[in-house]
Amino acid sequence: MAPVAPRSGDAIFASVERVNAELFTLTYGAMVRQLLTDLEEVEEVNNQLDQMGYNIGVRLVDEFLAKSNVSRCVDFKETAEVIAKVGFKMFLGVTASVSNWDAEGTTCSIILEDNPLVDFVELPDTCQGLYYCNILSGVIRGALEMVSMKTEVTWLRDMLRGDDAFELQVKLLKQVPEEYPYKDDE
Amino acid sequence: MAAIYSLYIINKSGGLIFYKDYGSAGRMDTNDSLRLASLWHSMHAISQQLSPVSGCMGIELLQADTFDLHCFQSLTGTKFFVVCEPGTPHMEGLLKHIYELYTDYVLKNPFYEMEMPIRCELFDVNLAQAVQKDRVALLGR
Repeated sequence: MAPVAPRSGDAIFASVERVNAELFTLTYGAMVRQLLTDLEEVEEVNNQLDQMGYNIGVRLVDEFLAKSNVSRCVDFKETAEVIAKVGFKMFLGVTASVSNWDAEGTTCSIILEDNPLVDFVELPDTCQGLYYCNILSGVIRGALEMVSMKTEVTWLRDMLRGDDAFELQVKLLKQVPEEYPYKDDE
Repeated sequence: MAAIYSLYIINKSGGLIFYKDYGSAGRMDTNDSLRLASLWHSMHAISQQLSPVSGCMGIELLQADTFDLHCFQSLTGTKFFVVCEPGTPHMEGLLKHIYELYTDYVLKNPFYEMEMPIRCELFDVNLAQAVQKDRVALLGR
């Protein structure tokens, strides 16, 4: 069977069932508010959001691979492009861009101009250390871990803190390929 | 007469998480199916090392005189393989479809624990429909 061509983020986004965007924004907001009430510490909430994102990411990646038909990425640069152009488009309906590559090609920035999670949101003074969209960093980390890449994802710019865009720094720590049970030296 | 004899799904560590057989021939008990799954997992891994060309993704098709075995491995390491009658067409398409059903009815079920045996009724129902549709399409030819 001839390999199926990868689908664009737009095509997949158009083909899935959609839900009211405001419902999504409200649900996410309610979740963050509840976490703040339950955990009280802003740092704890950041960690919890990241953990939730991780649990989503490990499941989301198979959905992404099944719907988009992408083949194995040749290098991390291709991985980042695929996440930004196909992944973000498919799940959030926004196109992100990739920039700020370092010399080794292991660290880059994914920039989001538009972010449906933060529609209508303003951070109060009491929550200044909060990374409201930290779920996104967990999702990327979890998804990449399932395809053998250990990464560190941090926020460089956050529009809720006064910056002009959302910038996520994705750093590839190491590639952990599958462990084969049979090796020559055993 | 079923064109598909059985379906297996194994997780990235080689553990059997789903087994369904469709014919009276080759029906096996739990222990045998577990053993077969881990055997296949190892063979699949060894085949990647045996390849003279680098970048081999493992066995996709095994043809014997009485059956064919089609295997699909996702980039996350989960393997879906089906044992069927020799020459059964469109098995790769069916496996891809089963992968999509897995991402929908198994992974999106919040009560399903990753890498554990699949016990999702919605998955069973939709899988049966997919296999039935495939069977009907084959008979119609």
